[in-house]
Amino acid sequence: MKIGTTHFFVCEVLLMTDLTDLTVSTDTQGRAAPAGPVAFPQDRTCPYHPPAGYDPLRAGRPLSRVTLYDGREVWLVSSHAVARALLTDPRLSSDRTRPGFPVSTPRFATDPERRRVALLGLDDPEHKRQRRMLIPPFTVRHASELRPWIQRTVDDLLDAMIEQGPPAELVSAFALPVPSTVICGLLGVPYADHEFFEEQSRRLLRGPTAADTENARVRLEEYLGGLVDEKARRAEPGDGVLDDLVRRHREEGGPDREEMISLALILLVAGHETTANMISLGTYTLLRHPDRLAELRADPALLSSAVEELMRMLSIADGLQRVATEDMEVAGVTIRAGEGVLFSTSVINRDASVYDAPDSLDFHRPARHHVAFGFGIHQCLGQNLARAELEIALGTLLRRLPGLRLAASAEKIPFKPGDTIQGMLELPVTW
Amino acid sequence: MHIEIDRDTCIGAGQCALTAPKVFTQDDDGYSALLPGREDGAGDPMVREAARACPVGAITLTEPAVTDAPG
Repeated sequence: MKIGTTHFFVCEVLLMTDLTDLTVSTDTQGRAAPAGPVAFPQDRTCPYHPPAGYDPLRAGRPLSRVTLYDGREVWLVSSHAVARALLTDPRLSSDRTRPGFPVSTPRFATDPERRRVALLGLDDPEHKRQRRMLIPPFTVRHASELRPWIQRTVDDLLDAMIEQGPPAELVSAFALPVPSTVICGLLGVPYADHEFFEEQSRRLLRGPTAADTENARVRLEEYLGGLVDEKARRAEPGDGVLDDLVRRHREEGGPDREEMISLALILLVAGHETTANMISLGTYTLLRHPDRLAELRADPALLSSAVEELMRMLSIADGLQRVATEDMEVAGVTIRAGEGVLFSTSVINRDASVYDAPDSLDFHRPARHHVAFGFGIHQCLGQNLARAELEIALGTLLRRLPGLRLAASAEKIPFKPGDTIQGMLELPVTW
Repeated sequence: MHIEIDRDTCIGAGQCALTAPKVFTQDDDGYSALLPGREDGAGDPMVREAARACPVGAITLTEPAVTDAPG
């Protein structure tokens, strides 16, 4: 696997590439035979397609063996049907402290106790108790109620960007501040602190070293602990999600301070990094598909289908992790207790038995049932909010800037390496 | 059609309310619920899609048993 900070690509030739030399060796009779397990994760060569090196995983087998950065072999699920079955199977655990949990990067290979995370790192019943505290602010209805405020946020940010440009750097001017402002408002975190938590979130997810990741986590925990304490001292709590947790702590005896901090951390980080990446990579992908972009501009009613299709195609959280707690027979193979199981959402969301011409961007396909938000008990808590943000951000950007285009050669715009959430590192645009 | 929602399993993802909004909603706690008067699915073809979209399989659909006409 390449490790680096910037990645350049060749999108259009990618899908025509003959990968034989990379992934398949030839046996003595001249027949192609699978080489050793594919490395996972790999860097994308085009930011909106899975890495070419994943092609053997797309060859039809529902599960394959892959190797992690440290050479360890684990299972990887490629099939949409098997993924849906396994992601709802309680024999697979999300507990990162379990031996055998498939850690995907050395940055996260720290003391297992320090890998504990709220919500997505817990199994039921602990997970269910946490999730149930947090459902109401993330319902379809509440996301709809937030739309006028999200629209104002998007309008204000675009006003500022348009006034200062063209050109603009879309990640810092728009893609990041939209979800950052929204999650701050929803949680009750002061947006004035956004530079601090955006930077620490970046270090938490991308390091580059394990020490950076650990230090960023400690700093975020300290910050959020101070915020929780400050809210607890107020006579009247505010109306954010964190204020509600503080009120529950005071009136109902739970969650405790440590749990509030861990929940705040996951909501804050997951609430802005993921959507920011979808806005930047979604915009880039549309600009690289001028026919689809023209179609969308001509028929704004396609917007929600377009967002769903972009989530399917881009699959920015590519590599969900589980560990088996007992032996399991699945699709003709035996997963042993203690073995890691990965789910490549970019591969699963291009399962040709579910999606016709899966490598094409098609706003008319039924893209629903993609697993870009995961599946099972851990399916993204914020998905309805994310959909609202993406529809408003992308729809308004295209409407207000009809001449929007890349301000640099498409091939030279850097994007994120494969071992983190996928998205653009920067996106120079003009109009 | 009979629609059964297992509230103990529901995680409030809202996929049912998103997919078949004429039949499903989310109650004040965020759990899946049927809209008044739509308890039988109201013939909405999206009900099956909604059940399939549920990430935790909390929605069960049963058709009334087909019986031979008397005589």
